[in-house]
Amino acid sequence: MKQLISFLIMIASFQALAVIETYEFETEAQEQLYTEIIHELRCPKCQNQTIAESNAGLSEDLRFIVYQKVMDGETKRSILSYMQERYGDFVLYDPPVKPANYFLWFAPLAVFLIILIIVLAKVGRRKVTPEE
Amino acid sequence: MNKKTVTAIVPIVVFIVLVVLFWFALDNDPKKLNSNLIDKPVPEFQLPALQNPEQVFTKADLPDELFLINVWGSWCGPCHIEHPYLMKYAQKFSIPIVGVNYKDKTIDGLKFIKDKGNPYHMIIADQQGNLGIDLGVYGAPETFIVDKMGTIRFRYVGVIDDRVWNKKLLPIMEQVKGSDIQPVATQ
Amino acid sequence: MIPEVGNFLLIMAFINAIFLGTLSFYGAQTSHQGLIRFTTRAAVSIFVLVLASFICLTISFINNDFSVAYVANHSNSQLPVYYRISAVWGAHEGSLLLWVLILTGWMAAVAIFSKSLPKDLVARVLGVMGLVAVGFIAFTLFTSNPFERVLPFIPIDGADLNPLLQDFGLIVHPPMLYMGYVGFSVVFAFAIAGLLQGNLDHKWARWSRPWTTVAWIFMSLGIALGSWWAYYELGWGGWWFWDPVENASFMPWLAGTALIHSLAATEKRGVFKSWTVLLAILTFSLSLLGTFLVRSGVLTSVHSFANDPVRGRFILIFLGIVVGASLLVYALQSSKIRSKTNFGLYSRETALLFNNALLAVVTFMVLLGTLHPLIQEAFTGGKSSVGPPYFNLMFSIFMIPILILMPIGQQINWKQESLKPLLTKFWLWAISSFLLAIAIVVVLGDLQPMAIIGTTLGLWVLAGCAKYILGQAGKNASLTAGMKKISRSYWGMIVAHLGVAVTVLGVVLTSYFSLEKNIKIRQGETVQVEDFKVEFYDFKNTQGPNYISSAGSFRIYSDSEVLTELHPEKRKYNASRMVMTEADIDAGLFRDIYMVMGEPLEDGAWAVSVYYKPFVRWIWLGAIFMALGGVLAISDKRYREKRRLKKQNAAPSDGLAKAGSEEADNE
Repeated sequence: MKQLISFLIMIASFQALAVIETYEFETEAQEQLYTEIIHELRCPKCQNQTIAESNAGLSEDLRFIVYQKVMDGETKRSILSYMQERYGDFVLYDPPVKPANYFLWFAPLAVFLIILIIVLAKVGRRKVTPEE
Repeated sequence: MNKKTVTAIVPIVVFIVLVVLFWFALDNDPKKLNSNLIDKPVPEFQLPALQNPEQVFTKADLPDELFLINVWGSWCGPCHIEHPYLMKYAQKFSIPIVGVNYKDKTIDGLKFIKDKGNPYHMIIADQQGNLGIDLGVYGAPETFIVDKMGTIRFRYVGVIDDRVWNKKLLPIMEQVKGSDIQPVATQ
Repeated sequence: MIPEVGNFLLIMAFINAIFLGTLSFYGAQTSHQGLIRFTTRAAVSIFVLVLASFICLTISFINNDFSVAYVANHSNSQLPVYYRISAVWGAHEGSLLLWVLILTGWMAAVAIFSKSLPKDLVARVLGVMGLVAVGFIAFTLFTSNPFERVLPFIPIDGADLNPLLQDFGLIVHPPMLYMGYVGFSVVFAFAIAGLLQGNLDHKWARWSRPWTTVAWIFMSLGIALGSWWAYYELGWGGWWFWDPVENASFMPWLAGTALIHSLAATEKRGVFKSWTVLLAILTFSLSLLGTFLVRSGVLTSVHSFANDPVRGRFILIFLGIVVGASLLVYALQSSKIRSKTNFGLYSRETALLFNNALLAVVTFMVLLGTLHPLIQEAFTGGKSSVGPPYFNLMFSIFMIPILILMPIGQQINWKQESLKPLLTKFWLWAISSFLLAIAIVVVLGDLQPMAIIGTTLGLWVLAGCAKYILGQAGKNASLTAGMKKISRSYWGMIVAHLGVAVTVLGVVLTSYFSLEKNIKIRQGETVQVEDFKVEFYDFKNTQGPNYISSAGSFRIYSDSEVLTELHPEKRKYNASRMVMTEADIDAGLFRDIYMVMGEPLEDGAWAVSVYYKPFVRWIWLGAIFMALGGVLAISDKRYREKRRLKKQNAAPSDGLAKAGSEEADNE
């Protein structure tokens, strides 16, 4: 049974069925904000999709909430934290910069800086001899 | 060992760490989410009763002892599988189960209860799914354990059967309650 | 009967691979000529066996043999025959067999085309590849056998191939990508064989370079095809999602790109030997890691295969053995590798060093972002996500220095050059790129700083390529004479870098200047969308081969001129009852217009999406250029000449002289 259920879930999430809503906005800024936010929220029940891409009922509901909040004049930050409070960090495709994520955000840059320093120190001081 | 060999060992060490990480990650189901509401109070709500739309439930109507919140809907296939188990637990245990009829039509919800029996202490009709979202529900059925202070202590996503009841829910309920609860006999 | 034959052939291939993987090393160690000759023949025969086995599975698909579980689950009698063939690799088991086929194909190719190489080295190379094949065939046979029957209850019809995969893109994308993934096993095998022999001179780099380039060409095209397929098939206009499965293919590509560059430096200047060997190992390790991520289910992805933990453990153990053993060999032997270090800070060597450092860091970043949810969960138990906002930002940060260095790197001299004359050569080009970028951005929309930076960088790389060609012309009588002087491998570099520029421009311009509008429209109605008018003039239901289609017909106007007519569809597939949207796209070199049918609304209107995507084609066009650059590089005359010289007299060290003369060309 469990397998059947997960099979059904899989089928459901595999559909390329664009759900298109025709929300109306008062300003272009609102529309942009709405589009931006729905592209940064992860659908909690899908495989790996934003709520913008997913046709799951839950994504539809969440998009509606985002729409309402955008129309109410809420900021991106407050809408994202509304979602985060309910569904956890999982819904945020943009991982917040907090201690648990420091490694994620800063390690690549740190590695690069270390390489840079080593290269400059080693190669920069080197005396090049003419080829034999 | 010279310096070169020491540097050459670094990739192996990193690699071993990764393999160990993967080994344990294989046991986790990446689709199961933890609830973000653990140790937080049940969210506020103001919703009609399923059986009587005139009656409005709020947080104050919730039981003031250890109880379960079960989120279900007649549209949800696994909920049909889960239902008989809930009936059994409702009879056997004195733990109230609060039903949240999630994104369902009133008629369908009532028919479900009429046909299959009502294990619930009370049923909140959440047609719009707002309470569901406040609870961080992402797939019915979901079951929450709430202590007598109204604090959420645990969430289980998926069908509850005897195995889940005995292995996952009971230990937590015992711990929350501070006393032993007799497990159910599994077939 | 046929599936059993296929199974038997695969078992035979397995046994052969075990022999190849063991006897080759023994033969090479003891210089046993008979065994060494055996390895070549074994490699070819394994390939033939796997090919025959693959054909057996294909026949089962063509014949609709639903007694085979894999066929029953992934095909259907209504499916057109070409999709029945591509359905062979439409899911886990069959795609694994395709993987094995391609791996053994590369192995056979190495056996056939390495006649001029030392025999014991080739034996070891084939031995390493044989061992990899053992692992993958075992994985297929023991955990994912596509030949398994469903007896005695044979389904009347199959469950159908996922409609998403019933598409031209799926026919070509996986084979291309696998050619790339698996192709990196050749350079990996060369590296391990070289380490085992303990003599990693510049020659191994020369030998493995063309193989690496070929694998990289396939991989570039495979990734581009996947991106293009997602763009037109998934119906939301996206072309890259930073999904774990995409990252799994992107990481070996990035590492492979670094490898191509460091192999060049190692071959020509004898520098970075140790790093190049490690990179060769890492590139193929990332290919294996990709297989693990895609097929084990540790990460959620839109396009991962249905999987179970047993398979995950199997690949993990296999991955652990292969990569662990390789890194161990590397650790033990790398101290014997002697690199030259005779170059200054302003030199092509340093430029390539930075190219490698940056590409390695980008690979690390993608790996970290992909695995971070797992790391996080191991430490805190909580689930988290890393998605496009992270990857886009981080990728841009590291792409900026890569792109800035690219034109400089391709013209700076080997060994040493002074900084000032170098910079004076470039500043005019840099300023022109910047001004032109502003002009382009103004034409397309608002002056967004990031769009200007990105466009400038794309143009800067483009200018670098132009400058290189003009520079050659300046030294010669005419432009054509100058262009003729440039060797094929340098043309390869220029064209590939041109491809990078084209892709960068495509990515930047389409990201910043796309329009996306959802509209409500009734049949017969015309709606204004930004600068365009959309007219919904017809609607039809038609019957497809295995689906029913509902298609709307739309005209797009700019002012009163008809730009295009589009017919987006919704299809309902008979077997799976799945509904799919088929976008209709008016493709153009400078813009795509893309339409998707949504749902009918209450009042007889339809919800439709209209996208305007400027320069989106350039993303894939650039990949074609990159691949073309690779083709030019391997068609360089020194690879052909080498073989001819080899025939004349068995002088092994002609490569250095050739490389030397080529440098002279360049200076």
